[in-house]
Amino acid sequence: MSTTAPLGTPLARLGQGLLRSRVLAALTTPHGVDRYLEMVNPMWAAEEVRARVVSIDRETSGAGAPVATITLQPTATWRGHRAGQYVQVGVDLPGSAKRMTRCFTVSSAASVPGERITLTVRAHDEGQVSKFLVGEAVPGQMVHLSQAQGDFTLDESPATPTNNHLLFITGGSGITPAMSILRTLLRDGYDGKAGRKVTFLHYAQSAEDQIFADELAAIAAADNDVDVHLRYGDHVFSEFELRRLVPAFADTDTWACGPAGLMALIADTYAASPRLRTEFFKAPRTTVGPAEGEVSFERSGETAANSGATLLEQAEALGLKPEFGCRMGICFSCTSRKTEGTVRNVLTGVESSLPGEDIQICVTTPVGDCAVEL
Amino acid sequence: MSIAYENETLPADVEIDVEAVKKLTAEQLDQFGAEMDAIRQRVLADLGEADADYIRKVVKLQRGFEVAGRALFYLPPAWPLAVAALSVSKIIENMEIGHNVMHGQYDWMGDPGLNSRMYDWDNVCPGEQWKYSHNYIHHTFTNIVGKDRDIGYGILRMDEDQKWHPYYLGNPVYAFLLMVFFEWGVAMHDLEVENLVAGKRSISENKELHAGIMRKVRRQAVKDYLLFPALTGPLFPLTFAGNAVANLVRNVWAFNIIFCGHFPAGVATFSEEECENESRGHWYYRQLLGSANITGGKLFHLMSGNLSHQIEHHLFPDLPARRYPEISHEVQEICERYGLGYNTGPLGKQLFSVAKKICKMALPPRQPAEQASH
Repeated sequence: MSTTAPLGTPLARLGQGLLRSRVLAALTTPHGVDRYLEMVNPMWAAEEVRARVVSIDRETSGAGAPVATITLQPTATWRGHRAGQYVQVGVDLPGSAKRMTRCFTVSSAASVPGERITLTVRAHDEGQVSKFLVGEAVPGQMVHLSQAQGDFTLDESPATPTNNHLLFITGGSGITPAMSILRTLLRDGYDGKAGRKVTFLHYAQSAEDQIFADELAAIAAADNDVDVHLRYGDHVFSEFELRRLVPAFADTDTWACGPAGLMALIADTYAASPRLRTEFFKAPRTTVGPAEGEVSFERSGETAANSGATLLEQAEALGLKPEFGCRMGICFSCTSRKTEGTVRNVLTGVESSLPGEDIQICVTTPVGDCAVEL
Repeated sequence: MSIAYENETLPADVEIDVEAVKKLTAEQLDQFGAEMDAIRQRVLADLGEADADYIRKVVKLQRGFEVAGRALFYLPPAWPLAVAALSVSKIIENMEIGHNVMHGQYDWMGDPGLNSRMYDWDNVCPGEQWKYSHNYIHHTFTNIVGKDRDIGYGILRMDEDQKWHPYYLGNPVYAFLLMVFFEWGVAMHDLEVENLVAGKRSISENKELHAGIMRKVRRQAVKDYLLFPALTGPLFPLTFAGNAVANLVRNVWAFNIIFCGHFPAGVATFSEEECENESRGHWYYRQLLGSANITGGKLFHLMSGNLSHQIEHHLFPDLPARRYPEISHEVQEICERYGLGYNTGPLGKQLFSVAKKICKMALPPRQPAEQASH
């Protein structure tokens, strides 16, 4: 990954310092520097992180949902990422003009501030953002980013050789954080070697659906301390096989990421071993029907059966005191974030199942299971 | 309900027909409400790229005027131009952008820069506080005497049903001062000074609000009266004066547009009893009869933040304001069918009507004996 960052230079650093200065903030109050910079050049920013799409490369040719690697050039405000971290990506969808934000793992090796990164994304049928990124985005387009987040990371130096065996077990697009860690180990290690024994065990639907197939084949063939094991189709994870590959697996630092079924099998196998680190891809809950399911208010930890009343009324029935105003959907005082579940706007009758959506709880009823940040 | 028509002095050409504001039956109100809901739903379903492009274009235009205004202060002969550009910038920012964005009209876009929870406008009133008194109190309890503090803003007597007091002899003077210092009046509105004086509110309740106002005032003052003037070096006094004039122009313009929204003759006020347990239909009905429009061209609508369509704004406060002109045809057609008045007129006529009311309300009611017998 080449460093095209224009911000390593002292001049650029001075520029960034100036953009973040208190004087400029005072001159641009109450909107902030970024609201002016974006008018001139979307790649200029003082606080926000945006990125320009550099290229989109298809990874798979199989019958499964298509996968593509999207190369992004972030703004100078990108603080870099540790291998295994993810980033929130916001895109303004054409037509509806709605900005949708979803999390994607950074698949490239650990980055420094301003450095290019890649995301490797599977276009799920119901995933508006992933479908857009894989199928519709074009080079030159801007996307909105958060800083890197998450703790599913390599917590030792990739550049220092150790005798600590590392084990990665992944399924489907869960390969991306492990790939970022592996790429970092090979890039930063000595002479193209990982500098410690690495076992990389991955489950994919088919050889055609295998992400990073060529790169993994090259890694498997090279003398680099890395063992690559790829399993396809009905070949499911088993403790028997794992024990054969890594006899001391329960005492080996392990990173596991993949679909719920695989993760359940791995969790059973490792019991309560503290060596296992996991990252889940949340499957959306889809219960449908009036006044069914369970409503959970995440911040307060309260949960109750859905009574069919508005979320504001249900929260109040549990003794919560959410902020509210008009109670008729006009003043937006009660707007809260629904993290998952399907809800219906009682004014419009429109149902929505988008995760991480801002809703007016005074005019919104849950349809089945639903979770709200309250 | 009381109708502020002027029996004796009613000119022949006034279109307010007392019969037109007659009570509808509960059933008619429900039908009327359903027709309004239908308009709302249709527009909501149609929101998309055109609305997003429009508001982004307006923001770009406003930023252009702002930067041009600030820059032209470096050319002393261009001082009037600089003031004009900055005035236009502040007017558009406060009205078509600030007011409307903070109403949540563009929340559906998911753009944090155009979100009611994040946006703050370029004047001394903290957006957070304004949203409470405006979006909630004023838009929910519109024109209910005793509940809507926007009837006279706690300073003026603007309705027959506000009890007269010798203090109100100063009505025209207070109105003039409010016009000149409008942004300060808006900022102080939430402190409910009139309730403090009346002993209905304690100073301690204002502590937090007061701190918020002072923070915003400090930032606005540092920007307009210290930093930007200082940046022009020896032209400090000219820039200082220019910024003050731009703020004054915005104050005068905003005051005049806003006073035409609810105070022209023919606008109805309501009592708390009339609005107890009111239906959605009655709420729409009250919004319609409690508001007045101003006729004008496209530029005028932009510069008034489309508050020239105050009626449509009060019926649908959360729909993007650029939709009001198209909606107004339907609203007028519905009003005709239900025999309801639709108060509109050119700026001059509405302003004259408001000025007359301000003066008339300064004096005690004409039939004090009859008033006392109520």
